Amino acid sequence: MAELVGLTGNDAGAEALKDVNPDVVAVFPITPQTELMHKFSAYANDGVVETELIPVESEHSAQSACFGSAAAGARTATATSSQGLALMSEICYITASTRLPVVMPVVNRALSGPINIHCDHSDSMALRDAGWIQIFSENAQEVYDNTIQAFRIGEREDVLLPVMVCLDGFILSHTMEPVELLGPEAAQKFVGEYHPAFSLLDTDNPISIGPLHLTDYYFECKRQEVAAMENARHAVADVGREYGELTGRNYGIFEKYKLDDADVAIIALGSTCGTAKVAADQAREKGIKAGVLKLRMFRPFPGDEIAEIVNAVGTVAVMDRSISFGLRGGPLFNEVRSFVNGGCPQLVNYVYGLGGRDINATEIESIFAELVRIKKSGDTGELYRYIGLRE
Amino acid sequence: MSSTTAAKKPKRPHGYRRPDTLTDAPTHFCPGCGHGIVHRLVAEVIDEMGLRESAIAVAPVGCGVLAYDYWKIDVSEAAHGRTPAVATGIKRVQPDKLVLSYQGDGDLAAIGTAEIIHTANRGENITVLFINNAIYGMTGGQMAPTTMLQQKTATTQAGREARVHGNPIHVCELLATLDGSAYLERVSLSSPSNVRKGKKAIKKAFETQLAGLGFSLVEFLSPCPTYWRMNPVEALKHIDQALSKVFPPGVVKDKTREEGKDA
Repeated sequence: MAELVGLTGNDAGAEALKDVNPDVVAVFPITPQTELMHKFSAYANDGVVETELIPVESEHSAQSACFGSAAAGARTATATSSQGLALMSEICYITASTRLPVVMPVVNRALSGPINIHCDHSDSMALRDAGWIQIFSENAQEVYDNTIQAFRIGEREDVLLPVMVCLDGFILSHTMEPVELLGPEAAQKFVGEYHPAFSLLDTDNPISIGPLHLTDYYFECKRQEVAAMENARHAVADVGREYGELTGRNYGIFEKYKLDDADVAIIALGSTCGTAKVAADQAREKGIKAGVLKLRMFRPFPGDEIAEIVNAVGTVAVMDRSISFGLRGGPLFNEVRSFVNGGCPQLVNYVYGLGGRDINATEIESIFAELVRIKKSGDTGELYRYIGLRE
Repeated sequence: MSSTTAAKKPKRPHGYRRPDTLTDAPTHFCPGCGHGIVHRLVAEVIDEMGLRESAIAVAPVGCGVLAYDYWKIDVSEAAHGRTPAVATGIKRVQPDKLVLSYQGDGDLAAIGTAEIIHTANRGENITVLFINNAIYGMTGGQMAPTTMLQQKTATTQAGREARVHGNPIHVCELLATLDGSAYLERVSLSSPSNVRKGKKAIKKAFETQLAGLGFSLVEFLSPCPTYWRMNPVEALKHIDQALSKVFPPGVVKDKTREEGKDA
């Protein structure tokens, strides 16, 4: 039934969109996302999908076109990276607050400046408060699976929020891996038909989209977004479980790798988790009980669940592929720390891989070794650290 | 030939020589690309007008992104499509400098449409060098606003269709309607004689700026063999046979001439 093929992360995103067959897709090229929409454009041109493809003039227009299409009641998607996400950020907030479940693979790439085309998470992190669900992928298989699940998660009636499916630029987007595909029939059966409760096409029930909210209702509108995000916690877990029943690949809000007996652990997002698992195996061969918490769902943030694990391990490094200037350290670290609330005695931050700087298993193994040192000595030392940086 | 070697030998009056304003860096452009030609023309004109110490360029996002590696003048990078706005800021502070905005058709006519129109409309006293190859080169051959009807691209795989994708934008003609634009010319890079016309146009644009007459732009019909799926020779022919028919070369607006007539 399932088909196994060699795909890059970008291919996997395009295959997922193809298998879902969205009504409308807005396209605008940006490195390293471009190939994703190239491949999808070919499917649209060849009639493999029935999607209305809109090649627009900028990402600002891409997200605006998605807003219009989703408001009209269509299942809608686009994809972008870095500067493209930054440019469309104005509209991203509006898509979320208007509760339009647009699906958008974000091929993570560093933000300018300096101008750079390689991977880090500064682009999606900049929009972490935009009201989008954010799901990170470790490999091409997860890009495919997450993109399909994103439609179900975002479109759930108690959620109705847009979803970013994050994948590491070049590391995933341009690397070929074996991917198991559902195929259009199973994928479309899984996502189901999209029947929005409110849409501009429903002329029997006329509505206004995006009316002015001043001191009267703006606050309540935001409070509803909070409630939707809370519901999304369950939606991500529920849809992941159901997808697991279909495919055998189970998805939760995070993945625990060798954490049950771990003395030390790291938390990371994206492709680094794959490297970290290798590093944990290597460390374990040397007698270090190392584990990895792979965070899949970054928004909504599963802080309580993370805190429970982190507090049990006691000595943990949080890996950030982006940085929060003036706050110190990266956003993931600071969010984890806010939930841990002193419960984890030894929590350190490693900022790594900015602008595509490579991170390898040996480096992560050295972090495990350092965590063991911290655990034994009881001295946490510097809280905010860098790895792979020339200083 | 590197300029260091050239410097050691006595300069031949009519022989090939790398302009002083060009660095020794080999360009990253594809074989047969027009960017290298325009880079050289700009360098030659800057040399000839003695403007190397007073020229400031703003580089785009797109194939022209590395202009600062090739020109020995001050260059600032700008976000995608925003070079005319950045150039405006530079020129307002340094009105005595020659300020250039170098842009492709994606940067200028798609994502940066607002900036180019308003910069021209304000009559900003800058010069824009606009590379029109009717396609997005840097990202791999997608439809540009200047893509011709029926032209096949990565995002218009059955050819550009007016009903779905709109029509090719004629940038010079569009900007000519704005009172702030002073000199607009479209040139082709299809032959040596056309390249020489291109050089004259750059010189004229710089002179327009130096005379303080307002916004100037030179549009180059430039070959992109890679994403036109042609060899370089075919690409040059394609400029004459196809591109020049949609975008006729020539002076589209010249306030210096008009003002001459008035006087």
